[in-house]
Amino acid sequence: MNFKLSEEQAMLKESIARFVQDRYDFTARCAAATSEIGFSRENWATFAELGWLSIPFEEEHGGFGGSAVDTMVVMEELGSGLVVEPFVATVLLFGGLLGKGGSAEQKAANISAIIAGELQGAFAFLERQSRYELADIKTVAAGNGSGFTINGEKTVVFNGAAADKLIVSARTSGAQCEQQGISLFLLDASAAGIEKTAYRLMDGQLVANITFNDVAVSADQLVGELDDGYRLITDVINEVIVAISAEAVGIMQKLNDTTVEYTKTREQFAVPIGSFQALQHRMVDMFMGCEQTRSLLYRAVCSMDDQSADAREIEKNILALKVMVGRIGKLIGGESIQLHGAMGVTDELDVGHYFKRLMMINTSFGDADYQQQKFSALTNSG
Amino acid sequence: MDTNFSAEDLAFRDEVVAFLETAWTDEHEAHLRDPQAGMQAIIDWQKRLHARGWLAPGWPVEYGGTDWTTTQSFIFETERATAGAPDVPPFALKMVAPVIYTYGSDEQKQRFLPRILSSEDWWCQGYSEPGAGSDLASLKTKAELDGDEYVVNGAKIWTTYAQYADWIFCLVRTDSSGRKQAGITFLLIDMKSPGITVNPIETIDGVYSLNEVLFDNVRVPVENRIGEQDQGWTYAKALLAHERTAIAGVADSRRHLGEIRELARQEVSGGRALLEDPAFQARLSSVEIELMALEYTELRVLAAMAEGSGPGVESSLLKIKGTEVQQSVQQLRIDVAGYYCGVIAGESGDIGHSFGSEARRAYMYGRASTIYGGSNEVQKNITAKFVLGL
Ligand SMILES: Cc1cc2nc3c(=O)[nH]c(=O)nc-3n(C[C@H](O)[C@H](O)[C@H](O)COP(=O)(O)OP(=O)(O)OC[C@H]3O[C@@H](n4cnc5c(N)ncnc54)[C@H](O)[C@@H]3O)c2cc1C
Repeated sequence: MNFKLSEEQAMLKESIARFVQDRYDFTARCAAATSEIGFSRENWATFAELGWLSIPFEEEHGGFGGSAVDTMVVMEELGSGLVVEPFVATVLLFGGLLGKGGSAEQKAANISAIIAGELQGAFAFLERQSRYELADIKTVAAGNGSGFTINGEKTVVFNGAAADKLIVSARTSGAQCEQQGISLFLLDASAAGIEKTAYRLMDGQLVANITFNDVAVSADQLVGELDDGYRLITDVINEVIVAISAEAVGIMQKLNDTTVEYTKTREQFAVPIGSFQALQHRMVDMFMGCEQTRSLLYRAVCSMDDQSADAREIEKNILALKVMVGRIGKLIGGESIQLHGAMGVTDELDVGHYFKRLMMINTSFGDADYQQQKFSALTNSG
Repeated sequence: MDTNFSAEDLAFRDEVVAFLETAWTDEHEAHLRDPQAGMQAIIDWQKRLHARGWLAPGWPVEYGGTDWTTTQSFIFETERATAGAPDVPPFALKMVAPVIYTYGSDEQKQRFLPRILSSEDWWCQGYSEPGAGSDLASLKTKAELDGDEYVVNGAKIWTTYAQYADWIFCLVRTDSSGRKQAGITFLLIDMKSPGITVNPIETIDGVYSLNEVLFDNVRVPVENRIGEQDQGWTYAKALLAHERTAIAGVADSRRHLGEIRELARQEVSGGRALLEDPAFQARLSSVEIELMALEYTELRVLAAMAEGSGPGVESSLLKIKGTEVQQSVQQLRIDVAGYYCGVIAGESGDIGHSFGSEARRAYMYGRASTIYGGSNEVQKNITAKFVLGL
């Protein structure tokens, strides 16, 4: 038993940390986020060059064949640097669905392009009314003999504005909230009948609402089995939840370090404010929260990488992790601002920006309350 | 013990409700929300209140206040919040005016108070400095007497609404030889004076309210000094407690909680209303229980004030709990909004829940309520020392 990174993982971690250190200071990050596409293409090309985009993909598709721990290492560092480039949307969501459910042709046509940094993707799964229910889908893909016609609207599509290709969830049968009857389709973002409205979220990412008006797709654009898309969606989203949880831990660590450092230098009443026990205890709480979250993160990735682990155990670990990420994220984000005093509410300081990303992570794929109920249902049922 | 309203109180409440029906309408609300309108909606609101004689309830009648009892003030506040009308900015009406009518000269009272009531003059508060936040008394902005003028040099920071202000009331250092609380002077400074620079500070809520105000050889006539030189700390301190009771915002939290209950009734989660979700119910109830306690804590503080004591150290309790409840309420609202709490309004048209952006703005600005007006940590220090005797 050990919790050490392998030599390769340590090098990966260091290479990302070095990139952030040398080329991704807060000013560069804000410039990337506020650019027209919401990130920097130049940085993306660097990610491809350094091999980061290949990490989760299978070796047979040109990937690195990485484990859950490898993805965790990447995401924690991206979190620490508050990196806004769409690694989650393109590589983990879009790429993850293709890697797990795509046909041989779909994989061949897309995965190497993702790894080369030449293809941006997005997964359009949310709808106006769906809140956190992945099965609450009104968008319809109606069979028309040779293929399908898609009609509906998706909201808050991560990387939806810049994506060249989309995977969309739509109903091919079943009622609005049923898990059965959901299918996924891969299509060009520029296909006839697609309209995008781009907008920014508080964490800087550029997202889009996307409407589908009689968009025609053929049967070979189906990703995975007809009517059986829900399982694929939840499989991939579970992995993404762990990935953004790792990102959150990177952020928590960064906020804790920044706050401790600030309280050592900021003086009031002729002493550093870090000398006040009232504040010390709160920073100890922040520290403990971060460590506890990190423990649940390790617990989740270890179970995911363990071939013999029970599926229910894995799910429980992931749910527990996401609950704690939400709760501790709020604690650490809020306390970081409070302990910085008025400086903490300025836009110029990065603290507020890290906090906003933590808030979006809490919301993404279901907030702490939502995941806790799923956890309760899972653990308290027979 | 009796908390029933008298017949006169009930009649007064009817009067207030009737006034608000026309003085705060949906149209006024829309104007307030219009980002282009800036301060105008608030100025118009102040003018309607002034026309009714209700702009400055806490002031003595001779200067334009009302002679409301504490209960009447409470009723007014409750009804104002229920109607959704905003509290007026405190800087002129609740901060500098009491200093002027309590410690100012007759000439100062005549010069400044009517212009505050008529909304002609806008004020901002120049206390905090980059090096003097919680430790306000360590402030360094210097004023030196030169003939019959002070020459002011230094920097104030976090000055809310300095960009709109005609006047700034400042604490400045006139003597640094003794205790830091001694040697502070209270000055009223015309914002149009040569040598003043106002630099905006961007904040996480995305709405421009904060500034840095720089003073470079700004000349201030001695007649703009409140009371005695070097006695400014005493004047300022006497009024800090009032600021704290105002920050608690109890009646507004009650209204917001009601709004959230409605939003959660409409929000659907997995085919049923979020309001039916037991976890959400539990959180909503917890906040409501805190708020119910707070409503009575406020009444107790008000009752003590009516008997001539306070608001003293209990105002710290009200400030701490009031701002904690506000933050819990703000948290609930963004949680109801789900993903849409992230949407930045004005980016484009109809995106998701229309309330998401406003919920986030309130939540982000709300982080500051535990920092300003004496941070909650400092309030706890005060309570430990002066209430618990530690
Ligand atoms: C939105 C906003 C509006 C404001 N508007 C105005 C305005 O109009 N005019 C004006 O003059 N000022 C204004 N302020 C400034 C406000 O009064 C100060 O922010 C406040 O006094 C705290 O000072 P600081 O920000 O320097 O924090 P600091 O004093 O540096 O405090 C940093 C942290 O240390 C804690 N701390 C400090 N001392 C102690 C202690 N002894 N024990 C335990 N903890 C301690 C604080 O609670 C805080 O968490 C505003 C601030 C904000 C955020």
